[in-house]
Amino acid sequence: MTINPDLQGRSYPAAEVYDVGREKIREFARAVKATHPAHFDVAAAEALGHSDLVAPPTFAIIVAQRADAQLIEDPESGIDFSRVVHADQRFTHHRPIIAGDRLVAELHVDGVRAMGGGAMITTRSEIFALAPGDATGAAGDATGAAGVRKPVATTTSSILVRGEGQ
Amino acid sequence: MSIDIAALTVGQDIGSRSITVTRTDLVKYAGASGDFNPIHWNEAFATGVGLPGVIAHGMFTMGAAVQLVTDWAGDPAAVVDFQTRFTKPVPVADTTGTPESGAVIEVSGAIGALDADAGTARVDLTVVSAAQKVLVKAQAVVRVA
Repeated sequence: MTINPDLQGRSYPAAEVYDVGREKIREFARAVKATHPAHFDVAAAEALGHSDLVAPPTFAIIVAQRADAQLIEDPESGIDFSRVVHADQRFTHHRPIIAGDRLVAELHVDGVRAMGGGAMITTRSEIFALAPGDATGAAGDATGAAGVRKPVATTTSSILVRGEGQ
Repeated sequence: MSIDIAALTVGQDIGSRSITVTRTDLVKYAGASGDFNPIHWNEAFATGVGLPGVIAHGMFTMGAAVQLVTDWAGDPAAVVDFQTRFTKPVPVADTTGTPESGAVIEVSGAIGALDADAGTARVDLTVVSAAQKVLVKAQAVVRVA
């Protein structure tokens, strides 16, 4: 099956809300062998001026890969997950992710180009924090200008989907 | 702690770190991140798709490598941008039941650029496992002002 070239420019709106918990920050920090006390100890995070535990710099991958799953699992995409190789990744933090944040991600397919029998697909997740009381993240504009949700991070990722025999 | 940008120079070493990896670490990372691709925990599946064996998640390597920068910066929130390309897989041998590690990742960092106006320093990471560069263009931008 080949990659659908019409994927380029496609967007997937914010879907489920991701609630950032303290224990998840601690679990992720241990999993990447992070030792900074701001990931584990609320008082240490507060001493640095944060309201709660600070997530490690790559924590947003959890939210971004959930957003990517919408594309990979889209039957129209033609992507075979077992042939996917992660080619590059970038995180741009507009502000740190803090325990208690309620995050949503909008996925944008920025590039699709054929490579051999496969394809390189570049996606971008715009991650926002919801205001208290906003249950869905569906309302409000993407810039946060309405005060409903605020930009937290932009992640970009390229995956190489290997073709047959690659 | 804060870092004075005026005291930094391009090319300055920020230190190095050695990270040991076992299959258990990959299972932990899979659970913590939600990335359950079997190439990171199932030998038969990994070799079946043409890999040398179970390999570490690229995101495990990226996430573990940045701790050198976080510790240097003194605050994880100071890392405002972090990117890399994944060039070579990190095969992790099955050392279950022994005290041996399945792979070792060596990370070192140096100041790659300074932006006094933005108050940021770019740290360029060199990330090597089994004598091969596994991350390329691994760059973290740190707010230092």
